[in-house]
Amino acid sequence: MRHDHITSARQLSREDIETVLDRASELAADPSAVADRHEGALLGLLFFEPSTRTKMSFSAAMKRLGGDIVDMGPVDSSSVKKGESLADTVRVVEGYADALVLRHPSEGAAQMASKFVDVPLINAGDGAGQHPTQTLLDLYTIRENAGLDDVSIGIMGDLKYGRTVHSLAHALTNFDVSQHFISPESLQLPRKVRYDLHQEGSAVKEHTDLDAILPSLDVLYVTRIQRERFPDESEYREVAGEYQIDTESLSVAKEDLSVMHPLPRVDEIAYDVDETAKANYFEQAHNGVPVRMALLDLLLGGAQ
Amino acid sequence: MTSQELRVSKIERGTVIDHIPGGQALNVLAILGIDGREGDVVSIGMNVPSDRLGRKDVVKVEDRELSQSEVDVLSLIAPEASINIIKNFDVVEKHRVERPERVSGVLQCSNHNCITTEGEPVDSEFEVLDDGIRCVYCDTIIRDDITAHILA
Repeated sequence: MRHDHITSARQLSREDIETVLDRASELAADPSAVADRHEGALLGLLFFEPSTRTKMSFSAAMKRLGGDIVDMGPVDSSSVKKGESLADTVRVVEGYADALVLRHPSEGAAQMASKFVDVPLINAGDGAGQHPTQTLLDLYTIRENAGLDDVSIGIMGDLKYGRTVHSLAHALTNFDVSQHFISPESLQLPRKVRYDLHQEGSAVKEHTDLDAILPSLDVLYVTRIQRERFPDESEYREVAGEYQIDTESLSVAKEDLSVMHPLPRVDEIAYDVDETAKANYFEQAHNGVPVRMALLDLLLGGAQ
Repeated sequence: MTSQELRVSKIERGTVIDHIPGGQALNVLAILGIDGREGDVVSIGMNVPSDRLGRKDVVKVEDRELSQSEVDVLSLIAPEASINIIKNFDVVEKHRVERPERVSGVLQCSNHNCITTEGEPVDSEFEVLDDGIRCVYCDTIIRDDITAHILA
């Protein structure tokens, strides 16, 4: 893989993706083999928005490689509060770390920040834009459970604003995957993602109803429909209710359907699904560590 | 120069932008950041009969040459335009605009949540598509009315 920065799933070829996933498989099988591989290396964490899974799994990944983290901490206690630009912040922090991880509420933030630094910069989510490392762990989970070729994947929920959806849809065009997009009309894929799918020759199959397509799916990737996207509570409830699943609604699905979710969930997957073999979302979250270890290892280069 | 084009008087030194699609002259001025308050001497011909375009606009700006960024954006709304550099009333250089692969500055991203709209030290930058432009930072695609996104 020859990238200085990881800012978008659009930049990742099939070969790039497979390099990361293969390395992640090796690391997952024997994490102790790399316990001191990047000893002394520091990963700078700049999270301008809250994060649990992404931040903690990047921290765990770096520490399991023998390195450590330096964390900007909450925005309220940083120089950002004094009006510092993002460009200045990353230029300062690159002096403290060997690689940077950035989450920011504005779309394009990582792409812009990457122009100002020489150390590798990884986009950990930019507004409603991209979240490429989530995509890598999603692909890893899909590969483990269903394979990445000749599969039918349904992506459901908030497709308009969901950055994990945008990144995943791009990345899946590298594989022989039939993508189905299930959402209310008001939350369908944005123009920029449709454009890319068309450019890649990938059909955009849209559905407003899960039931009709569910029996044919190998993977169902569920995302949260956010309350704030709707003008009033009643409209939200009406729409969101149609995109919730439980063991009963999944009864028509394939026996080996893999249900995924980037988490956190609210009520889109009922707790009774957790106990079934279909539930892969906690495994998916755990996969964030070996996948981010693999990515960091590749970006930081050989043993320190 | 034909008698039709003499509707707009000759200039001694500056730039003549010819073969602008009819009705786009004011948008060209907006791209050049000209609103009349700077004191530039500007002549405009609008909807002048043209063999090639049917109707065309012509803009003449005295004592001014265009930057590459301005020419790049100009090419998006006036792909047939020609740029004539005038010195001592003579055309000393003439070339057609070329559709660039990217345009930077001049236009603002339509996505209000794009990092380029937040006072960071970067110019906006767009990839030029067959039927629009695409922000290289946030990926937003602008297809309709590109001139509405000219930076004030």
